[in-house]
Amino acid sequence: MNALSSTLAMPRLDLHDSASLLVSDQEAQSPARASQSAKMATENLSAWFGKNKILKEISLPIREKRVTALIGPSGCGKSTYIRCLNRLHEVIPGARMEGRVLLDGQDVYTRAMDPVALRRRVGMVFQRPNPFPTLSIRDNVLAGWKLAGMRPERPDDLVERSLRQAALWDEVKDVLNRSGTSLSGGQQQRLCIARALALEPEVLLMDEPCSALDPIATAKVEELIHQLGEKYTIVIVTHSMQQAARVSHYTAFLYLGDLVECNTTDALFTRPADRRTEDYITGRFG
Amino acid sequence: MLDHFQRRKITDIVARWACLGMVFLALVPLASVLYDLTLKGLGGFSWAFFTQLPKPVGETGGGMANAFMGSAILVGLGCAFGIPVGVLGGVYLAEFGNNRFGKIVRFAADVMSGVPSITVGIFVYTMVVLTMHRFSALAGGIALAILMLPTVMRTTEELLRLVPDSLREAGLALGIPKWRVILGVVLRTGAPGIATGIMLAVARAAGETAPLLFTAFGSRFLSLKLDQPMGSLPVQIYTYAVSPYEDWHQQAWAAALALVLLVLVLNVLARVMTRQPGQGR
Ligand SMILES: Nc1ncnc2c1ncn2[C@@H]1O[C@H](COP(=O)(O)OP(=O)(O)O)[C@@H](O)[C@H]1O
Ligand SMILES: [Mg+2]
Repeated sequence: MNALSSTLAMPRLDLHDSASLLVSDQEAQSPARASQSAKMATENLSAWFGKNKILKEISLPIREKRVTALIGPSGCGKSTYIRCLNRLHEVIPGARMEGRVLLDGQDVYTRAMDPVALRRRVGMVFQRPNPFPTLSIRDNVLAGWKLAGMRPERPDDLVERSLRQAALWDEVKDVLNRSGTSLSGGQQQRLCIARALALEPEVLLMDEPCSALDPIATAKVEELIHQLGEKYTIVIVTHSMQQAARVSHYTAFLYLGDLVECNTTDALFTRPADRRTEDYITGRFG
Repeated sequence: MLDHFQRRKITDIVARWACLGMVFLALVPLASVLYDLTLKGLGGFSWAFFTQLPKPVGETGGGMANAFMGSAILVGLGCAFGIPVGVLGGVYLAEFGNNRFGKIVRFAADVMSGVPSITVGIFVYTMVVLTMHRFSALAGGIALAILMLPTVMRTTEELLRLVPDSLREAGLALGIPKWRVILGVVLRTGAPGIATGIMLAVARAAGETAPLLFTAFGSRFLSLKLDQPMGSLPVQIYTYAVSPYEDWHQQAWAAALALVLLVLVLNVLARVMTRQPGQGR
């Protein structure tokens, strides 16, 4: 099986060519210069679980209003990486990190940055859909507000807008009071996306958002990511190279905790600079 | 000569019948208690029994309104003290208790749930009754709370542990402060099960006699004063049962039946609550 040719055959890749070519490959490869237009960036980010060093000095810019994909074999640290971006890594006992994570040029690991405030700016969607089982669909969308003791100005509008953005409104508009867990897996995942969008975050982190979904639901969520990428800065973890090619502008390849290569998605898949990247995308290991 | 297969089959049948027999044996006391109680107690049920106060010694008639009211107040007091402490203690154990202190508390709670109830009664007697210089409803409520505490705490902990971490992370990732995640997501998800645990603890507390003998003591009057002795069903059953009056014996049977029905209803309620849908388990 030749993964490279199948990736290249993905029609959606062409859609991104115009967008990704706006930034030259050169610029994407040089984190220092790229960080100017970066919404977020990590500088020498290392992370540990106990004594195991999971991430090794990762420096990566995350472009504003672009979709950045993280690919790599499972266990290479992709989830750990994005959980460092919203400081969710540190809630696990024994987990720690070093290095810098910047949001709009500001270090998020300083005392001045409250993790609670950070997480409202940097939303997250998890691998398994995790709507709150005790809350209705409507309250799930508003959970980020209500559970934090806040009230949005026009809750009904916010619910509709968020659900529309998550391409779920038409399917649930008549059953907003049903439990969030009464939906199908794909719908639950879009509900979780709506829940994250209801806080109007600046960055959206998605950890393999389609891995628990069937192909049709996957297609819907991918289409959604593609659209959201025009408004939001998105980081998506995926172990599917086809998915990375379909939805992202930039792709970073992680291997055993190292950042091997980062480039425009187009360039990374057609002209990988590193031998390991080439082996991975052509399916020789992983 | 039996072959291997036939021998196994016979063993199976014998074992099965033995188990079934033991189950029936175990059910005999329960069934006969219920049968006996109904037979002897049902006759004592009357409007007066539930609504009137005891008549002076020697007169017939009257009821146990003081004991019904007293039990309600004492159990209510027990809940008021025991539930907040138990639930919050359980939250601590589940959410922050993965350390030495948590282990010690857990062990203490398990030991406490095995302490005989009369010991709890004597403990509260020395701590509260002797300090206040009188028996009181307050002391009774405290004794019941202590009895309820370990059950409520451990059930809360167990149920909160069943709430998946993915829900906690979902809450944190939405920028909800941790304490609000615990209250709004974790406790709420575990609530039906916790309510069941509380019901079972209440059912147990409602039937306790020993801890009340030394604390609330008992009273033949309808009293709402928390610093005064107060009647309760179990204590009144005891007093009436050991009395020489036939009429009191009849009332004791009726009260015992009422108490068993109450405990039964609480247990059924607890079961029904765990079956509630949308609980995420
Ligand atoms: N909670 C944890 N405790 C200890 N080790 C962990 C934990 N979560 C993940 N790891 C380890 O960290 C490494 C990276 O995990 P992860 O970031 O989840 O990889 P990926 O998302 O790329 O599959 C793995 O080797 C995994 O075993
Ligand atoms: Mg992962």
